[in-house]
Amino acid sequence: MALDTTVYKEIEGTGADYYALVGWLAVFAAAGLGASYYMEHYGHVVTGMTNAIVWGTPHVFAVFLIVAASGVLNVSSISSVFSKHHYKPMARLSALTALALLAGGLMVLVLDLGRPDRLIVAMTKYNFKSIFAWNIYLYTGFFVIVLIYLWMMMERRFAPHSKKAGLLAFVWRLALTTGTGSIFGFLVARPGYDAAIMAPMFIAMSFAFGLAIFILLVTVTYKASERPLGDLILFKMRNLLGVFIAAVLYFTAAMHLTNLYAAEHMGVERFILMDGGIYTFLFWVVQIGIGSVFPLALLFNPATGRTCQGISIASMMVIVGGLAQLYVIIVGGQAFPLQMFPGMEVSSSFFDGQVHGYAPSLPEVVLGLSGIATALLIVAVAVKYLPLLPVSLSDAHIRISRSLDHHIEDAPFS
Amino acid sequence: MSTNNLNTQQTVDAAKRDFLKAGAKATAAVAVVTLAPGVTLYSVGAKAAVTGPATSERRWGMLIDATAPEDIWDIAVDACKTEQGWGGGNNPATDPQWIRKVSVKDPKTGAKATLPVMCQHCENPPCVDVCPTGASMQRADGIVLVDKHICIGCRYCMMACPYACRSFVHENVTGQKPHMPRGKGTVESCTLCVHRIDKGQLPACVEAVTTAGSDAMLFGDLNDPNSDISRAVSKYVTQRIRQDLGVEPSVHYRGI
Repeated sequence: MALDTTVYKEIEGTGADYYALVGWLAVFAAAGLGASYYMEHYGHVVTGMTNAIVWGTPHVFAVFLIVAASGVLNVSSISSVFSKHHYKPMARLSALTALALLAGGLMVLVLDLGRPDRLIVAMTKYNFKSIFAWNIYLYTGFFVIVLIYLWMMMERRFAPHSKKAGLLAFVWRLALTTGTGSIFGFLVARPGYDAAIMAPMFIAMSFAFGLAIFILLVTVTYKASERPLGDLILFKMRNLLGVFIAAVLYFTAAMHLTNLYAAEHMGVERFILMDGGIYTFLFWVVQIGIGSVFPLALLFNPATGRTCQGISIASMMVIVGGLAQLYVIIVGGQAFPLQMFPGMEVSSSFFDGQVHGYAPSLPEVVLGLSGIATALLIVAVAVKYLPLLPVSLSDAHIRISRSLDHHIEDAPFS
Repeated sequence: MSTNNLNTQQTVDAAKRDFLKAGAKATAAVAVVTLAPGVTLYSVGAKAAVTGPATSERRWGMLIDATAPEDIWDIAVDACKTEQGWGGGNNPATDPQWIRKVSVKDPKTGAKATLPVMCQHCENPPCVDVCPTGASMQRADGIVLVDKHICIGCRYCMMACPYACRSFVHENVTGQKPHMPRGKGTVESCTLCVHRIDKGQLPACVEAVTTAGSDAMLFGDLNDPNSDISRAVSKYVTQRIRQDLGVEPSVHYRGI
């Protein structure tokens, strides 16, 4: 077993800044509940969603948070499953953030349902042929497993078992993100989806989005609580983030190049890559430019990649690019018309054959943002009442922690 | 009437006679007791379901002649609205449409066709596969329905339907029909007029088109080799929309 020499301590959380942060997050979370009530009271007619764009902004935020939840657990997994002990001091925060992001994402998803009051139906009636139904199990299982994992990491008596729990959580979250990607991969009728590569691409996305969020969380929390954060751990996360961004780029390129090879997918590829208006802009400028190339340049340019500021800005760009990527996948995939009569010009009163318009409405955006606020609120409150954060992440501490662990344990899964 | 008539008026009449006979039996089995003026108790006894529970022995389907004059499809759409109580909204992007008139044109040749598109009642329905709660379901006779009581309004079925045949109820609904409860926040689509079929009647759209003197819509049991529709689909080459997807729609078309 690994001996955890790290000292964990709750943050003080008594300053005006802390209460202001918690207050604002609570206001945003409450605003999301209000937006949901408004949407349910008047019906989804008050949103920008239609019978053609059935999933909109709430789903972009919800899927982003759910995917990031799985990815943020990576920091824990790297330490327990792959025995990279540099990451071990941050494992608790990683697990807690995973729970918080999943809670925020599911909140948005549920509050956008046409009948959120029927959540109990979703929990009691299952169609096991549906990937959605599997996901309900995967999400609830994720909560239980990560909670147990967190408990084992925090309770020294159970520390010997934390590695096994970590392995289970690792496998589970791979399944979870496979399930989330497959929600789109299984849609055979839509040319923008219907690709098995969706599942591994979503896993790569989860790694990048989750780590970007985690880097921001650590840098902001350590600066605010005036705890030391050394370059060693920051640079390790920077390198990892660069690899993950490159992995997402690889899967994105593979998906589009494969589609471009098939004549039947030319239409949707032309739409996303060339004449899709906002979707083309979001793809090239925001997802690829701002969300991938720019952060890679920042991370690996010695002038910016060696500063906390540069790494933080790159992380923010990854988050912005990630939201754009999901917008292009989810909304762009629906905006392109269904190919009911391939090769024919089609028209109807139901907008067949047309590119479908969509403008996000305020309640949708508020609901989506409230998911992020809820996740951050959970983290902010948890770090005040639970010993999740190490008192120091300085280079010296990380080195000591690593060398002690190194002597005790080298092999994974021991 | 189109020169490409699918069958003669006589066969339509014969089919209608059979349905009406079954319908008469079903009606007879409903006991009506007037408790007080204005208060009537309808008791549907065990014998009422003359057609019995839905079984896989039947496979309801339709054959649609896309070469028929396109005005006839307005009659079909209007009949559906009247029968099921939808339509009349002012928000085209969000108002439900259970059946719609679709115009198709080959850009290379200029050839055109207009046809009604409604739920295709697939044998392998993607909407049923993806529904997390089982609200999207398929009867044994192939009719695909939404159980509005357990639909949570996730709209995954709408994402999965290759035909955009499902609508989400975006606002409060008025003018509901007793046989077709609808609800804001749930998904709905063509039921193939299951409430009429079970009484031995034709779907409202088919009946309206037939009454208007056209035989552009033919309804019947695809599993019965002697039914008019079975004879027709075995006589003519028919198409089904996106049959490459393998979902096996039960709505056949001619002349697309």
